[in-house]
Amino acid sequence: MPVATAAQTIGPYWHLIEHPELADLTRFGAEGERMVLTGRVTDGDGAVVTDACVEVWQSSPPASRTFPGYGRSATNPDGMFRLTTIKPGPVPGRGNTLQAPHIAINLLMRGVLSRLYTRAYFAGDPLNDNDPLLASIEDPHRRGTLIAAADGAQTWRLDIRLQGDGETVFIEI
Amino acid sequence: MSDVTPFRPAPAGSQPDNNSPQYGSTHKRHPKQPLVKFAQTITEVSGPSFSPAHFPSIVDMAHVNGHEAMGERIIVRGRVTDESGRPVLETMIEIWQANAAGRYNHPRDQHDAPLDPDFIGEGRVFTDAEGWYEFATIKPGAYPWRNHHNAWRPNHIHYSFFGPGFATRLITQMYFPGDPLLELDPIFNTVPDPAARQRLVSKFDLEITKPEWALGYRFDVVLRGHEATPMENE
Repeated sequence: MPVATAAQTIGPYWHLIEHPELADLTRFGAEGERMVLTGRVTDGDGAVVTDACVEVWQSSPPASRTFPGYGRSATNPDGMFRLTTIKPGPVPGRGNTLQAPHIAINLLMRGVLSRLYTRAYFAGDPLNDNDPLLASIEDPHRRGTLIAAADGAQTWRLDIRLQGDGETVFIEI
Repeated sequence: MSDVTPFRPAPAGSQPDNNSPQYGSTHKRHPKQPLVKFAQTITEVSGPSFSPAHFPSIVDMAHVNGHEAMGERIIVRGRVTDESGRPVLETMIEIWQANAAGRYNHPRDQHDAPLDPDFIGEGRVFTDAEGWYEFATIKPGAYPWRNHHNAWRPNHIHYSFFGPGFATRLITQMYFPGDPLLELDPIFNTVPDPAARQRLVSKFDLEITKPEWALGYRFDVVLRGHEATPMENE
């Protein structure tokens, strides 16, 4: 059987395909509870990462003519990304499980060869306790790296640490 | 029950390790903790689709506003299939590259080489009903990149693929046959399996070459396919 083509880094010049409007998943008029997902990306020295591509995908609400489900944001000179979207609801997990609301995140940047995959959950959501992925991570500090905190009205913040203290949980995909 | 069929894991050696010390930018950017294993769900197996109505094709990167870019015009054509050999239909492919002098139209690229007002370096194509894509561009130049003393990137074109799921997302680079910089390039050489590495190198193709106009290169891409059979314990 053929084998999937190898990945290579997105490099420092990927902004040629950035298109900043992709950071607004509500631009086609999606209905629902609007929210912002934002955060800072830092490296193993705690230095801000200013050339990252932060991509999101949501399986809820389902993609439609008015909701693309996919977005991407470049990190700015402060290492911050910012996406405007519709707050997801729960989706089925494997077997008879239910997954808490979450947004899938891909991190691509210079120095990353195979995309880094993680998720953002929402602090305080009662479904988090029974979410299969969160439940599989025993260390509460590690688990906490996947949980965005409320940061003002309709804004959720999730900082991403690539390496070292507080390193974000990345998921095999 | 709502079990979805996962995409196949990568065979050993076929994908680069993010901990690749010869590529300096990886040092502070690769996770040190092991990746968490988690069976794919609806979130990973589903993915975005893109309409040409919102994302118009850019199939000729060799011209801007009717002006011809400087450099050696080329045609790149290839087929996108999955690991079962099935074509990936009507999927969006994003492309970006340096100009013929080895300079990106990007404010952070300070390489002392000329910019070309008639070259932007962004392309976008959709595969057809049989998985084929094609675009015209100019051959990108090599450029220095300070990874180590006298480091030069081989000629390459950047590609972004989506495929049917978020799990099939692929960012890669296409290289050119016979490039003496390939064996010296730390990024190309992050792919452990030599055969997998060679699949990143396009092939000169006289069938794609257009007489009196441009050389043609063939670059086929394979996106992850589904597991052949559902896992027994589910």
